[in-house]
Amino acid sequence: MEGFIHQIISGIATGGIYASVALALVMIYQATHHVNFAQGEMATFSTYIALTLINFGLPYWVAFVGSFAISFVVGVIIERLLMRPVANAPVLTSVGVFVGLLLIVNSVTGWFFDYTIKQFPSPFPDKSLFGGFVSGHELGSTAVTLVVLLSVYLFFRHTRLGLAMRAAAFNPVSSRLVGVRVGWMLALGWGLAAAIGSVAGCMVAPVVFLDPNMMSGILLYAFAGALLGGIDSPLGAVLGGFMVGVIENLGGAYVVGTELKLTLALVIIISVLTLKPSGLMGRKVYSRV
Amino acid sequence: MTALLEVKGLHAAYGETKVLHGLDFAVQQGGVTALLGANGAGKTTTLRALCGMVGTQGEINLGGKRIEAMATEDIIRLGVAHVPDGRGTFMELTVEENMRLGAYTRPAREATADFEKMFGYFPRLKERYRQQAGTLSGGEQQMLAISRALLLRPRLLLLDEPSFGLAPLIVREIFDIMRRIRDEEGVSILLVEQNASLALAFAEDAYLLETGRIVISGKASDISKDEGIRRSYLGY
Repeated sequence: MEGFIHQIISGIATGGIYASVALALVMIYQATHHVNFAQGEMATFSTYIALTLINFGLPYWVAFVGSFAISFVVGVIIERLLMRPVANAPVLTSVGVFVGLLLIVNSVTGWFFDYTIKQFPSPFPDKSLFGGFVSGHELGSTAVTLVVLLSVYLFFRHTRLGLAMRAAAFNPVSSRLVGVRVGWMLALGWGLAAAIGSVAGCMVAPVVFLDPNMMSGILLYAFAGALLGGIDSPLGAVLGGFMVGVIENLGGAYVVGTELKLTLALVIIISVLTLKPSGLMGRKVYSRV
Repeated sequence: MTALLEVKGLHAAYGETKVLHGLDFAVQQGGVTALLGANGAGKTTTLRALCGMVGTQGEINLGGKRIEAMATEDIIRLGVAHVPDGRGTFMELTVEENMRLGAYTRPAREATADFEKMFGYFPRLKERYRQQAGTLSGGEQQMLAISRALLLRPRLLLLDEPSFGLAPLIVREIFDIMRRIRDEEGVSILLVEQNASLALAFAEDAYLLETGRIVISGKASDISKDEGIRRSYLGY
């Protein structure tokens, strides 16, 4: 029983990582109707930036915030430079650009920071809490994730800029007619998604170690979470991310074993797409034929 | 009277398809101008052209400033509000959020005071304030669209078929309120309507559009009295 509870708790902790990346995916999806395959690699790159800042001798949290800010700027630049020109291009063109972006970011990361596996520090005390049920890092990273998710929620709900960004994603034509600069809102969305990715990267790196392919598996779990919650629902994506974390951990411990854990993500993806494509909280899409 | 908006030789096209073939018209300061015509005459395209939403050629002058090459967002900031074809409601957002977006270009505090004024024109919006805009009826969405446009504090209000798809009683209510708005807000209005008798009763000047060209222009009262025009173009 104790083991079971422990599996659930650490599932929630990794679920928080998936939830963050899933939220980043959904934010881009809402605005562009495409899934950003490069989201994971961008987060890995951000994590290397954080590590570089730490190696410069900056305190952990300064490096954390620095990486957040730099990732934001990089996200904005990627949208302006790469995504803008293909904004109205056919689907295959966009998919091509996303795949290209994935390969480029992955290779640039490896070229810059080399391919060896690196340790990444955790800012939280390395000891078990509550009688061994939860590690300091699990508790701390879950808290950080929740704070970030809550801030993002409050930003979108209660600020003018957040409202304008939502409006630009839902209805670009009407947004322009009230004076919203839609192009910049999309760029800010990319920036924010990249910044959220940097948080996810920094929180997961102490557990899985840092290498250029660190996020490729995590992106799959996050994608499964986003689909499970509904690819166009931010709240759904967050819940879906946490659920996938728990399912993955329990399934890995009691059903399929750790080697086949990644299969669970694929099973979830295929099940959702065949049984309930709109996910738990997504909108159903109807089209006239 | 001086013209707030002056348009000369306006052409517009969707890709290869030319829709407007050289329009000349004006909207007087503080006046209501109607743009009439059948389906496909180019009325909606004319409004879109004024807001930089389609590719155009020709000259568009707003209060002495050339705006034809400007981006939609910048034209809006000069005080041009557009109630688009289909009302342009942000369906997923609440009525409140729709109204906040209307006032997006203005300081928040100033705008909140204007909300009360909008509730004065359209009390129904106050009742629906927290509701998702997609759940509103067609008439309520039209009221919301007009409020959203007015919250921009426009100099020029472009209205695209405010009567479209609404029950006659609601249409009358909306036109009554628009008369009040014209008198109280001092805004100039360019009205596109298929319902010609309704539009001519509201407007001072009118232009009649046929397949992308202006075929008749003049005082609204003269046009509505001219039996020939009425029968051959306006169908009532």
